[in-house]
Amino acid sequence: MEGRATRVALRLWVALVLAFLFVPIVIIVLYAFNPSNIQSWPIPGLSLKWFALTWRNPEIRAALLLSVKAGLAATAIAMLLGSAAAFAVHRFRFFGREVVSFVVVLPLALPGIITGMALNAFFAFNGLNLSLWTIVIGHATFCIVIVYNNVLARLRRTAPSLVEASMDLGASGWQTFRYVTLPVISTALVSGGLLAFALSFDEVIVTTFTAGAQNTLPLWIFGAIRLGQQLPEVNVVVLVIIALTIVPVVIAQRLTRESGLIRRG
Amino acid sequence: MASVSGQAGRQPVARAATRGAGLAALLWRRPWLRAVGLLSAPLAWFVLIYLASLAVLLVTAFWRINPFTTDIERVWSLDNFKTLVESATYRRIALRTVGMSAAVTVTDALAAFPFAWYMARVASSRVRSALFVAVMLPLWASYLARVYAWLLIFANNGALNWAADRIGLPSLGIGYSNWAMWIVFSYIWLPFMIIPVYAALERIPDSYAEASADLGARGWWTARRVIIPLALPGVIAGSVFTFSLTLGDYVTPLLVGGAGSDFIGNVVYQSVGVANNIPFAAAFATVPVVIMALYLVLARRFGAFEAL
Repeated sequence: MEGRATRVALRLWVALVLAFLFVPIVIIVLYAFNPSNIQSWPIPGLSLKWFALTWRNPEIRAALLLSVKAGLAATAIAMLLGSAAAFAVHRFRFFGREVVSFVVVLPLALPGIITGMALNAFFAFNGLNLSLWTIVIGHATFCIVIVYNNVLARLRRTAPSLVEASMDLGASGWQTFRYVTLPVISTALVSGGLLAFALSFDEVIVTTFTAGAQNTLPLWIFGAIRLGQQLPEVNVVVLVIIALTIVPVVIAQRLTRESGLIRRG
Repeated sequence: MASVSGQAGRQPVARAATRGAGLAALLWRRPWLRAVGLLSAPLAWFVLIYLASLAVLLVTAFWRINPFTTDIERVWSLDNFKTLVESATYRRIALRTVGMSAAVTVTDALAAFPFAWYMARVASSRVRSALFVAVMLPLWASYLARVYAWLLIFANNGALNWAADRIGLPSLGIGYSNWAMWIVFSYIWLPFMIIPVYAALERIPDSYAEASADLGARGWWTARRVIIPLALPGVIAGSVFTFSLTLGDYVTPLLVGGAGSDFIGNVVYQSVGVANNIPFAAAFATVPVVIMALYLVLARRFGAFEAL
């Protein structure tokens, strides 16, 4: 139904939107190679000198370490709890089954300050000091839904006859889980975990309310940008974060795509 | 959790029941035990931590702090809410937050619709999947990085003024303003609008457009009377994201907004971090919750959840 003129106009619009989406990312990537410590456009040349300086900065290292620790712990919790909830919702019909899906998605659906503020009030109420573990609790809470959705989607696409066949052939419940169910969901589980890690690694809004005096990498960036200090290092860290979050996401997408064998229809 | 029935638990093989006297057999005979085992941990997490936190948030909003010691006093009052309603400043901040969320939502809907249309109805399948990846990638490229990118672009000696200078325009001083916030928010949440709109458009069968054309409707008429109404739930679904995400933000206003561009989130953030007044922060934080609850009820009416 689209006429020639409409198609040309649509194409032009798509090109504009793509430019809008990617020009800032290209610019930020280029700034990481800016040899000057003054952030102005165009950058005077290309250099790797800030990469070495950034790597040697102890504050950034500590922040990176904290981010990785929090991300790994939150991801582990999210993988366990998210897949357990997905199994329960998939296998059983029980009262309040729909409520589970709703509650699990709440931490992502509600504005970030609500989750952050609520956890902060909760920790204050219980007299808990803010630490690595309060960060982990916050991150895990909104990461669970990622794993849950991924695993549940995979379970729904898997033919139930696979499990039945395994049981008919005499496998015990554990054997069926180990040799049939787990291989079937493994890529969905791993990709859910990667996405959860990416989400945790990048999170600022909830983290400001649960981190206390410590800095995760995004919190360090946030602080530095606000004060306008150490911007050359910020440029490098930002580039590294973009790379570190995009890589798991790309792998995760690959993993969920290669599942043709177990599709039901 | 009374009526648990295992989907796979039809007729347990008798041999399995007699042979395995252990845990596995017990779990097999009692599917509800398995359900409880699987659900207890995630349920406990959400009830004991998350829902409890939301409850504490709500309760704290009715408490107050001792102005001298800044300790929380568990005395019930509506004072925090009274302050919110009576203060012109807080009203203005709430209005600014809601207004900006609405402006960003409309902008993203207008920008996303033709894009999603092209993806769903014009592009070849190869171009379509490439565009899909192109939309998703920025979404995962660090939120802070993307806000910071705009900060550099808007800077006095940044790329925007450089480009303006190149084409002979005077410097555009839009850094640190509501305009800057509007652009950055629209930029950051745009993918959240494109994806549901695309999903809604893709689901409309081509035959609908053909039927409309056969009945004599011109292209524009078909778009207005057939395609756009059918895609509306997708737009509403996207608007839930763009609206909610803008509503709860405080990082973008802090970084690219100017003086006097505070959002509800900024007041909450300062009340916790600077003033240590958690009860007041909790009270103000209930405002976006109420707004989002109303928004979700409205969105549901428009069938936005079937479109997700």
